[in-house]
Amino acid sequence: MTRQGRLVAWGIGLAALVALPFVYRDPYHLHILVLILIWSFAYTSWSMMGRFGLVSLGHGGFMGIGAYVTALLWNHLGLSPWIGIPIGMVAAGVLALIVGYPCFRFRITGHYFVLVTLALSGIVLQVITATRDYTGGSLGYTPNRASGNKLLALQFDDKITWYLIALAVWLVGIVVWHLIDRSMSRYALEAISEDEDAAAAAGVDVTAEKLKITLISAVMTALAGAIYCQYQMFITPDTVSGIAVSLQMVFAAIVGGLFVSLGPTVGAVITIMLAETLRIGFGTKAVGWDNLVYGVLLVLFIIFLPKGILGSLLDRLKPQRKVPRAHEQKAVQIARPGT
Amino acid sequence: MQGFLDIFDIYLLEAVINGILLGGVLALLALGLNLIFGVIDVTWICYAELVMIGMYAMYFLVQYYGISYFIAAPLTILLVAILGALLHYLVIAPLLTAPPINQLLATGGVLFVLQSFATVAFGIDFRNLGIRLPVLAFGDMNFSYARLLSFLAALVGMVAVYLFMTRTFTGTAIRAISQDRQIMALMGVDTKRIYLITSAIGGGLAGLAACLLVLQYDVHPFVGLSFGPITFLICVLGGLGNFIGGFIAAFVFAEIISLGGLFSDLEWGYVLAFAFFIVMMFIRPAGLLARRR
Repeated sequence: MTRQGRLVAWGIGLAALVALPFVYRDPYHLHILVLILIWSFAYTSWSMMGRFGLVSLGHGGFMGIGAYVTALLWNHLGLSPWIGIPIGMVAAGVLALIVGYPCFRFRITGHYFVLVTLALSGIVLQVITATRDYTGGSLGYTPNRASGNKLLALQFDDKITWYLIALAVWLVGIVVWHLIDRSMSRYALEAISEDEDAAAAAGVDVTAEKLKITLISAVMTALAGAIYCQYQMFITPDTVSGIAVSLQMVFAAIVGGLFVSLGPTVGAVITIMLAETLRIGFGTKAVGWDNLVYGVLLVLFIIFLPKGILGSLLDRLKPQRKVPRAHEQKAVQIARPGT
Repeated sequence: MQGFLDIFDIYLLEAVINGILLGGVLALLALGLNLIFGVIDVTWICYAELVMIGMYAMYFLVQYYGISYFIAAPLTILLVAILGALLHYLVIAPLLTAPPINQLLATGGVLFVLQSFATVAFGIDFRNLGIRLPVLAFGDMNFSYARLLSFLAALVGMVAVYLFMTRTFTGTAIRAISQDRQIMALMGVDTKRIYLITSAIGGGLAGLAACLLVLQYDVHPFVGLSFGPITFLICVLGGLGNFIGGFIAAFVFAEIISLGGLFSDLEWGYVLAFAFFIVMMFIRPAGLLARRR
């Protein structure tokens, strides 16, 4: 597709998405769409790091910080989410820098990076649980209902408003993804993910580039947490933070496709639709089945389709579009022995 | 004032000793994981879930079928050992040449599978064995008998693994492979077989840990999440694949948790331990006992 053609397709798609709630008003389906958009945004944020080999299991922590800081400031200090959300994002960013800088400075990569970030999301989860006098612990937390201005409190009752907000936030995520995709940072980070020493020798500031992408990714994830909190009006440590949430992000991004902009969105659509279908189809009997299917799919995907559904589909459609990058090539070879 | 100090010291001592006993269990948990990592160079994120399955096996064998604890324990160890070998055969083996991150994520998928399998099959109720071991009173201090037993079993387990690794041919082959996996195949060692055996031993150790943990904790599908992360951190802190390092790290962690819990809530003990881990990663990225380059 040409550049103009692609822009036109995006424009039409977006117009259709914006128009959707005014044509089709079923509240349940809108609710699912809002959830898909919010989680897609979170998964997209994760994939910005993940696609460069920086696999973080700490994003559950960033999401939890975004959600809890916003809700706590609103309930205890009466600070509007319009101020609370930026504070939450800054807090997540600062934490990302505190953990990220030594990690990248001391060359903690691979398994070790995964496990350090795992400890990070563990800390956030435990702190939320331990400060149960303020955060309600594992029982969850509800932001107070606004008595006055709904806009100031960022609490809306109708789904259409939320749908449009979530759509806008999701779009921001996709735009940021494309901005990074076109920037010099992308080439620097790809070089780093293939060989850190060689990249450094070629003049790439490894620590600075990694920190930049980590910061962007963490701040956006915190925003996703805050929006989720404002929409659901109920958060528990287990739904917005911790290791399970981090793994869920990894999973959705990989199923959808890590190396294409809409991959995480496709992942979110698949995982949430799957969970909802199972829930409606089997009711309370289905408790656990969705995760069972997720888990099996995750294993199968990593073994047979490491580029994800959308990534593999796009490859199939345009076989000779470009030479795949070395780390993708390696993954593809493993997926299809003999090619 | 004097009286206050006396009481304080007793509590402190009790916390220190309980920390050592907790360290024994953590060391046992870390042992199996360390073995897998050292030899196969793979992190089983789902390791704690294997322990959880083992705890369910113990629960059903003892509670449901009425088998005595000491007969059920070997059966459980065998079951989890087979699970470990299966995990290697089905998930890890196809990914051995893939980027390490993919192996880690695939076992993350197995974590979901095992957790939800337990939810589907056993429900989300908390279950316990119904065996209540006595509490040992020593002076003014109370210790759980179960913890003491786990501590001793952990020690025995570790010595057994040590002897196996140093005194038998298979053990020597395992150690050799962990040093150079390409060359050993040329020396006539069947690497696939060794990997399978190692996975089975790792699983067996998870099973042993399960037999001991089930005495102290209720089992539910998400029990793995409560001690899984801490097990990984111990292995990394000790230096992945370094048995003695892992052993020491387990006790350091257990003391931090136990003493942190003495002064405040138990969660703060965990927070302290996690924070300690992150700081240590920056000071000693290759583990506590790593030689400085």
